[in-house]
Amino acid sequence: MKQRTLVVVSAGLSQPSSTRLLADRLSAAAVDAAAALGVRLAVREFELRDLAHDIANHLLTGFPPAALRDALDAVAGADGLIAVTPVFNASYSGLFKSFFDVVDEDALDDKPVLIAATGGTARHSLALEHALRPMFAYLHAVTLPTSVFAASEDWGGDAALPPARLRRTAHTSTEGRLHGRILRAAEELAREVARREPVTVADPFALTTSFEDLLAS
Amino acid sequence: MQFGIFTVGDVTPDPTNGRVPTEHERIKAMVTIARKAEEVGLDVFATGEHHNEPFVPSSPTTMLGYIAAQTDRLLLSTSTTLITTNDPVKIAEDYAMLQHLADGRVDLMMGRGNTGPVYPWFGKDIRSGIPLAIENYALLHRLWREHVVDWKGKFRTPLESFTSTPRPLDGVPPFVWHGSIRSPEIAEQAAYYGDGFFANHIFWPASHTQRMIALYRQRFAHYGHGGEDQAIVGLGGQVFMRKNSQDAVEEFRPYFDNAPVYGHGPSLEEFTAETPLTVGSPQQVIDRTLGFRDYVGDYQRQLFLMDHAGLPLKTVLEQLDILGEEVVPVLRKEFAAVKPAHVPEAPTHASLVAAAQNKEKVQA
Repeated sequence: MKQRTLVVVSAGLSQPSSTRLLADRLSAAAVDAAAALGVRLAVREFELRDLAHDIANHLLTGFPPAALRDALDAVAGADGLIAVTPVFNASYSGLFKSFFDVVDEDALDDKPVLIAATGGTARHSLALEHALRPMFAYLHAVTLPTSVFAASEDWGGDAALPPARLRRTAHTSTEGRLHGRILRAAEELAREVARREPVTVADPFALTTSFEDLLAS
Repeated sequence: MQFGIFTVGDVTPDPTNGRVPTEHERIKAMVTIARKAEEVGLDVFATGEHHNEPFVPSSPTTMLGYIAAQTDRLLLSTSTTLITTNDPVKIAEDYAMLQHLADGRVDLMMGRGNTGPVYPWFGKDIRSGIPLAIENYALLHRLWREHVVDWKGKFRTPLESFTSTPRPLDGVPPFVWHGSIRSPEIAEQAAYYGDGFFANHIFWPASHTQRMIALYRQRFAHYGHGGEDQAIVGLGGQVFMRKNSQDAVEEFRPYFDNAPVYGHGPSLEEFTAETPLTVGSPQQVIDRTLGFRDYVGDYQRQLFLMDHAGLPLKTVLEQLDILGEEVVPVLRKEFAAVKPAHVPEAPTHASLVAAAQNKEKVQA
């Protein structure tokens, strides 16, 4: 089996949060979908709540404290990324945006990213298309076509259903809508991760030129 | 090993009473601080160069020339000289003039400057920061070494039969350091010329400094200037001291919490853990500073940032007393005891003149 890494970034604020719940389900579905393609995903999860002070400090000092450095390195080195935010004021949360503001330049280049969000009602769902998708496009990520939004009501619709029935009805039934989207997005993520070589991260301190070239340029 | 101080020249309100020094007071305070540095036995005073508020030192050679006239021994330097936005011809002239007036007590540290708007004010573009640093210094290097220079580059008017005057004192250009926090290209530049490399070592984790110095040493050896451990390394540092370490923490905390660069961010405790900042007793400063050698090797110059974040002049002068009387004498002794004989001291005008004479003898 091929080995790849999946990083899950969740910006939920309460503990436990529905954002984290969605992140966990996406992550589990991605692991299963990847396994079906012969890829074992090693998963690391980061709750941005735990890093909130570090993120603010990075914005102010220009360097990440150790715990945040670890998260940023993990994101840069991940073969796939799941990014989940609550919707605040028709967009991602400020904490979510601040985290991606301090992600290293080029860290998301060509990286498969599954975007997802939670909100009180389905009226907030297009924040994924109007806020998250453009941001990840700007960061040169490969954002998967299926984004996953979970409104409060979605948690009542399909969570209790047995897995077999869900899989049968996932793409068509209203009842299984959230689960169906989770499976579809996870399959898209798994396919993109599986067909790529493992990510390599450039060392920012490595010299990539010689002085003669610098002088000549 | 050389010990000294470097100043940014910021005009910052004292957070404990809101008092803001006038520009005149701040400029005069910088001179007083430089004189104090000599009085307490430090070797180097370096001034920043800035062309935006709230900083005062826009004209470093004017200030350093004035300080030169009031000191006898102190080596005058910069932290940094903007090699990007200054005309290299003017740098060549200004610092050669200063070198004559100060009888050779001058070296420089080249830096790029990271304030975007300053570049267009001087007709430049920050996106060309590295190419500017490379081309401008290449020209400066020639202007100090070749009597008549014909030159053509991208960033300034070509020169035909140009001679920079005055010529460097005794035909020996001032020693140059290159400062950079995280641009490997600048470590490479310093290594190529066999110049010194200075790591800011204040606002960033020590791991950055370690990587940059390691690269510089490796490339210094690659270009045949000596062994890796013979490269010329300088480090910044930032300390605040009182006899009892808790007093130091209490007194410095409001300055830290409101400091322009890191204020309102990490706690003093977090920042001292993550960067080389040391707030405590003189002994704690000694121990921490001696530890720098563990990750950069034997090095030649240690400069401390002492006068910033609105600290009153009186406090800064007290800090210099402690630094000069209790800290630096111990550091000198301890560093000297462990430095191998083949590791050189930082070049001075006298050592560079001697080296040039030796070279002539060998050639004759």
